[in-house]
Amino acid sequence: MQQVGADNPRRDPAPSRLSYRVQRLWLTPLFRKLVRVGLPAFSVVFFGGWYLSEPATQQAIRDQIAEIRRSVAERPEFMVKLMAIDGASGELADDIREVLPVDLPLSSFDLDLDAMKAVVEELDAVAAVDLRIRPGGILQLKVTERIPAVVWRNRGILEMLDATGRRVAGLSMRSVRSDLPLIVGDGADAAVPEALDLIAAAEPLEPRLRGLVRMGERRWDVVLDRDQRILLPEDRPVAALERVIALDAAQDILTRDLAAVDMRAAARPTLRLAPQALEELRKIKAMESGDAEE
Amino acid sequence: MIDLYQSQRAMRNMRGAAMQRGVIAILDVGTSKIACLVLRFDGPERYRETDGVGSLAGQSAFRVIGAATTRSRGVRFGEIEAMQETERAIRTALQAAQKMANVRVDHVIACISGANPRSYGLAGEIELHDTVVTEQDVARVLASCEVPQFGEGREVLHAQPVNFALDHRSGLGDPRGQIGNRLACDMHLLTIDTDAVENLLYCIKRCDMELAGIASSAYVSGVSTLVEDEQELGAACIDMGGGSTGISIFIKKHMIYADSVRMGGDHVTADISKGLQVPLATAERIKTFYGGVVATGMDDRERIEIGGDTGDWEHDRRTVSRSELIGIMRPRVEEILEEVRTRLDGAGFEHLPSQQIVLTGGASQIPGLDGLAPKILGQQVRIGRPLRVQGLPQAATGSAFASCVGLSLFAAHPQDEWWDFEMPMDRYPARSLKRAMKWFRDNW
Repeated sequence: MQQVGADNPRRDPAPSRLSYRVQRLWLTPLFRKLVRVGLPAFSVVFFGGWYLSEPATQQAIRDQIAEIRRSVAERPEFMVKLMAIDGASGELADDIREVLPVDLPLSSFDLDLDAMKAVVEELDAVAAVDLRIRPGGILQLKVTERIPAVVWRNRGILEMLDATGRRVAGLSMRSVRSDLPLIVGDGADAAVPEALDLIAAAEPLEPRLRGLVRMGERRWDVVLDRDQRILLPEDRPVAALERVIALDAAQDILTRDLAAVDMRAAARPTLRLAPQALEELRKIKAMESGDAEE
Repeated sequence: MIDLYQSQRAMRNMRGAAMQRGVIAILDVGTSKIACLVLRFDGPERYRETDGVGSLAGQSAFRVIGAATTRSRGVRFGEIEAMQETERAIRTALQAAQKMANVRVDHVIACISGANPRSYGLAGEIELHDTVVTEQDVARVLASCEVPQFGEGREVLHAQPVNFALDHRSGLGDPRGQIGNRLACDMHLLTIDTDAVENLLYCIKRCDMELAGIASSAYVSGVSTLVEDEQELGAACIDMGGGSTGISIFIKKHMIYADSVRMGGDHVTADISKGLQVPLATAERIKTFYGGVVATGMDDRERIEIGGDTGDWEHDRRTVSRSELIGIMRPRVEEILEEVRTRLDGAGFEHLPSQQIVLTGGASQIPGLDGLAPKILGQQVRIGRPLRVQGLPQAATGSAFASCVGLSLFAAHPQDEWWDFEMPMDRYPARSLKRAMKWFRDNW
């Protein structure tokens, strides 16, 4: 028997119990997978998360990203140096330059074209706008202006409206745009298409036409010179006006001393004479009925 | 007997668990070497290249994926003598094999070569309740065998039903379903010393392994070395190990006798060491390189340097002739073979129809043994090598690994033993819940 407890000078080829167990543990598939995949994955996630959770680190990363983005965005290839506005009159172009809050030169990365488009389209005089950045660093705006169709006078304020009734611009004096027809009255802007139809239908009366008046926000009066009025019904006003024009063509009624042609009731058109004419008519009637009074 | 039945059954269950996991270790704790194989079970289809019957007639359900051998320490006559030393040696082998297999193994099947095996032939007989033999009847007839008084401190290692007889028809392999009145059986019981088994168990447990089976090394060597017709017609396998020589006799593919002679190759080495005054390691080397048992004229002229490191020139330059060496080895080998002959005679080997004797084990590699053995054991002697199993390294295919290979076959296809049959009903403890369950299962 060998000496108990003495150090054995010969090397023992046998593994110690501990190393034997460790090796067996290492050969366990689950443990092996855990150590070779689970542990590195866990430590990466843990330490990465711990590192990223520090506010200073987050700030540094954000700064770094901003710096990189800036260095790319500020390359001369991406700089916008010029704004070109097409299709807008000088006044409108000035307005557009005023509302667009960009001070060039600016990187094209910092331009929010959609927001700029929305801002420009909020201008009354602009129907549509098309923004793009042309090579060469030019911000190109292709503007479609609203075309004024009528002048609307309401409570002493003159405004130009387009064919759909949208405001285009204010007007200081009627005589500036005397080529446009005039409409008057509250709520007239809501019925501009109808007014345009009426004005087109009143083309034979053009020399005498003064304008259209919206009555009670529901129907139109056509005002001619000599304070003559054609009162149109609420529905189918164009047909009624055409009847009056036809009547005028046949019997020249409008050249006579009438105050108003009332077409509101289609079955019963009514003429109102001017006071002087009425007096004349009464005189004639009296003369016709004999000299009973004299 | 009930305890034994339960513990053996538990080992069988453990083996089932190992099969399910697919890997199992084979451990042969011998006197001169400890060998460990790691087997992987994947079913027979996995490694089959062609159609038809697989290699080894379906025995190749497993594959050796790890093998390791280490010099044994602390083992004498096939029994563990120094527990710590043996435990370390077992650990070395197990670790190396697991490392080679690159898989963790939890179950081990071991074999034991020494420990004074003793064979008993048991006979039992019952009247059948019904005319048809059922599984229960087989269990009853096995239970009815008269168990001999094998004494204190002995443990049953194998209890294999060898033969069934129904009325006057004997030699039945499987009596189930046959019709008759009286069922008789012969059982072969092998007992060994309990201490040896417990020491081995302790060492294996210290290596964090579960024992999934234990077998006699003589038996498993016979399983691997004897070819099928030898097992059928009757043959003896002599496993000449380092410290003990195992004997097993087979007939009709059943082991009917096992014994061991407490002499082996290590005694030959010790004789050389004493006779030539050389250390054991040198003696072992000389034995393996120049050993033999039949001297010829040539051997007188062949001088062997036996060396030494005393510093004395005369002493360190000694030479012996090979015939001198043979003269030392031969008497011991003869003694072993004669002892084997005595045991075989005692077992009645000469009454078997065929008396084939197969020598295997490490000591059977002595040159000239095939000339010497017939003179003592009779004419039908051959030197046997174990079956080739799949994946076994070339270094582990020699006859020294007969019991390892046999143990692998044993692990793959264990023979039915007594505890593989169901326990007869009347042996269950009274009022057992199991019994009630069984009644329900049988009747509903």
